[in-house]
Amino acid sequence: MADLRNNFVGIKSPNPFWLASAPPTDKAYNVERAFKAGWGGVVWKTLGSEGPPVVNVNGPRYGAIWGADRRLLGLNNIELITDRDLQTNLREMKQVKMNWPDRALVASIMVPCVEEEWRAILPLVEETGVDGIELNFGCPHGMSERGMGSAVGQVPEYIEMVVRWCKQYTRMPVITKLTPNISDIRHPARAAKRGGSDAVSLINTISSIVSVDLDTFSPNPSIAGKGSHGGYCGPAVKPIALNMVAEIARDPETYRMPISGIGGVTTWRDAAEFLALGAGNVQVCTAAMTYGFKIVEEMISGLSDWMDEKGHKTLDDVTGRAVGNVTDWQYLNLNYVAKAHIDQDACIKCGRCHIACEDTSHQAITQMVDGVRHFEVIEEECVGCNLCVNVCPVEHCITLEALPAGQLDKRTGKRVDPAYANWTQHPNNPMAVQAAE
Amino acid sequence: MDRLGSGIAGGRLAPADYETNFSDLHPRFDRHEALVASDRCYYCHDAPCVTACPTAIDIPLFIRQISTGNPLGSARTIFSQNSLGGMCARVCPTETLCEEACVRNTAENRPVDIGRLQRYATDIAMETGRQFFARAADTGKTIAVVGAGPAGLACAHRAALHGHAVVIFDAREKAGGLNEYGIATYKAADDFAQREVDYLLAIGGIEIRTGQALGRDFSLSDLTAKYDAVFLGLGLAGVNALGVEGEDLAGVDDAVDFIATLRQVDDKATLPIGRRVVVLGGGMTAIDAAIQAKLLGAEEVTICYRRGKEQMNASVYEQDLAASKGVSIRHWLAPKRILGRDDAVAGIELDYTALRDGHLTQTGETGVIACDQVMKAIGQSFKASGLGSLAMERGRILVDEHCRTSLEGVYAGGDCTNRGEDLTVQAVAHGRDAAEAIHHHLASAGQPAVAVA
Repeated sequence: MADLRNNFVGIKSPNPFWLASAPPTDKAYNVERAFKAGWGGVVWKTLGSEGPPVVNVNGPRYGAIWGADRRLLGLNNIELITDRDLQTNLREMKQVKMNWPDRALVASIMVPCVEEEWRAILPLVEETGVDGIELNFGCPHGMSERGMGSAVGQVPEYIEMVVRWCKQYTRMPVITKLTPNISDIRHPARAAKRGGSDAVSLINTISSIVSVDLDTFSPNPSIAGKGSHGGYCGPAVKPIALNMVAEIARDPETYRMPISGIGGVTTWRDAAEFLALGAGNVQVCTAAMTYGFKIVEEMISGLSDWMDEKGHKTLDDVTGRAVGNVTDWQYLNLNYVAKAHIDQDACIKCGRCHIACEDTSHQAITQMVDGVRHFEVIEEECVGCNLCVNVCPVEHCITLEALPAGQLDKRTGKRVDPAYANWTQHPNNPMAVQAAE
Repeated sequence: MDRLGSGIAGGRLAPADYETNFSDLHPRFDRHEALVASDRCYYCHDAPCVTACPTAIDIPLFIRQISTGNPLGSARTIFSQNSLGGMCARVCPTETLCEEACVRNTAENRPVDIGRLQRYATDIAMETGRQFFARAADTGKTIAVVGAGPAGLACAHRAALHGHAVVIFDAREKAGGLNEYGIATYKAADDFAQREVDYLLAIGGIEIRTGQALGRDFSLSDLTAKYDAVFLGLGLAGVNALGVEGEDLAGVDDAVDFIATLRQVDDKATLPIGRRVVVLGGGMTAIDAAIQAKLLGAEEVTICYRRGKEQMNASVYEQDLAASKGVSIRHWLAPKRILGRDDAVAGIELDYTALRDGHLTQTGETGVIACDQVMKAIGQSFKASGLGSLAMERGRILVDEHCRTSLEGVYAGGDCTNRGEDLTVQAVAHGRDAAEAIHHHLASAGQPAVAVA
């Protein structure tokens, strides 16, 4: 049985599945239910400064996009940080932590970029006995207009400054939550590291408008006919999150800095991929908001079973395993040649591969052979682009097969060179590095 | 009358049961069901379902239009190829046409519900009264259509679309042909056939004259003399006889008459039905008659077919439907004679048959099924008069691929022709294509066609 116990910057939890700071972690009632369902940790919904709490809109807070059969693919929200009194939250956090000593409980915090504000709230949070704090530098809507959330996360100097204050005024581990609404995620990550952050967590939500009502011409979610951009999350954002996690994981300046992976984690597979790209654990929100807390059971069993099958004993055996395989385009092996292959037994003859290739790619798949609908790769034309694989409705029906070294590539008429050669060495590259004579 | 009373009698069921039994077989998808079903379409390239459809409706496109919340656009796609898309959605044996060709069968043994999706879109369009096609300017040409069935209606609609003035003649009281008189009640519930006729006529330029029979009230030459073109969509007016002893006994009926009566009667409780009914035949008419006999309260309904399951013209789906309604289907039984008592049916004696050297032969064994009603559904035949010298082939009107008969300016389509397939959607395709051929002919002629007969 794989050991799923997680130790993230000293915060221990029985599994690496945490609920992200979000509506599901708004109060004791939900968090208790989450822990009962099996979640390893919870990042409590973001706390604000003492005083009158923020208010939320009284209309729709969420918008979504859907795939086939109305499967929720992306969720967007315009909800703000907790709209409950600070003391109420602190009291509940303390009680929950006492009730669940084996689970991770982390406080998310967002107060104005003023040292006094941070110095004031940190002892109050620390007193609850929570395991750590997460700095919310990510929310792209509402709070950012007030100079908080992503407004901080978009300025590396502010990140470094606030992290420094936090490390100064509390002994708790500090996790800095990053916004993806920035051109290069490495800069805020580096700033967090310079400030002394124990870890980063990412991604927070992406600024987004999910849809426009074509009757009223109001963006959705619509509040009295008007809409405002919200934060986008859910399965649709996972590829963006994976890349940002990987960028930080392989950046020499932040290499080996602990990462809590967030963004569209819906199944154990998603979690395993985040781990492989360098995350120490994952945080989940949309999947729980779509299916309820019970979804963690599948994540736990799936990850455990996969680790058993592959012989991975602990999470450390998985974390970062794919990082070394993420590289720059210029270092990809240009001598690698692959061709699509269609398994005729699995083919259902929908013709999508043909029309996709014919209309939009390389005219490398037949439609008719001897007067019969028949879809077959024309190796002389196939560049191995993988589009046919991606549009085929049958998994594993079309596969890309690497040509072994020495085999003739019928498209180029050349034999596959066994040597590794990349763009930096390519004759067409004016900047190519010439081998020393 | 009680449920198990012997002989042929009405009122075997409680009044509410009739309503339940003869209501819509497959109610229309609601919006959610339609969206889920349409999501399953792969939007195949050069889709096999389109090839399998005699009217070549762009099925992937109309399904995609449903999935994007555009059912009216979907209906336009359907009607542009098949003006009777509403009825075809109900009566097409999709399991042997588009749905049989669906690649989802290969993927997971269950096709996209093409027929029901087509009904979803066409119903919405018809209920909102939306007309998609505007009639072209009047050409001054006139076309006579004989027969207001699927072929005739499709021809008339397309011809009217091109601006020609169409007069449809039909011998019956109502237009619709088999759609009105030959389809099981539960497939065309809520007077759908007449609603569809009304919807089609809304294009304008079509006049229907019912109660006008070819050969009785007018002849083909009358029409060719008076109209610029003639289309014959006569269907099959005759029914095949058994030619066995006892065929004249009371209680031996033609299944097509039974089906037609069922469609026209207001109170189904007044319809007499046997306690034990034997239906002879292996096609859709046999199935429709047998199921409806059961639905009227017959205790035992048995279809006897002289060949095997594989040779039945009725699709496997229809056979299963019959079985699910409690009809027994027996194969390799051919009628030998109908047994009577007091001039009424008391049973049927059947020969056991077998295929030997490719020939259907009697095995010598016989059996008897006790029954008080026998319905004949052993095929229909072409029967018409007043056609003059029109060339025939194998007892049907000879036509070419443009639905042209041997007489210039005279076209024919549907079951009455040698290209007929006993298929509504095929008749619609013929009618449509004949209208196009007529239009082309009239447009290229430059002047009115001369009567030739």
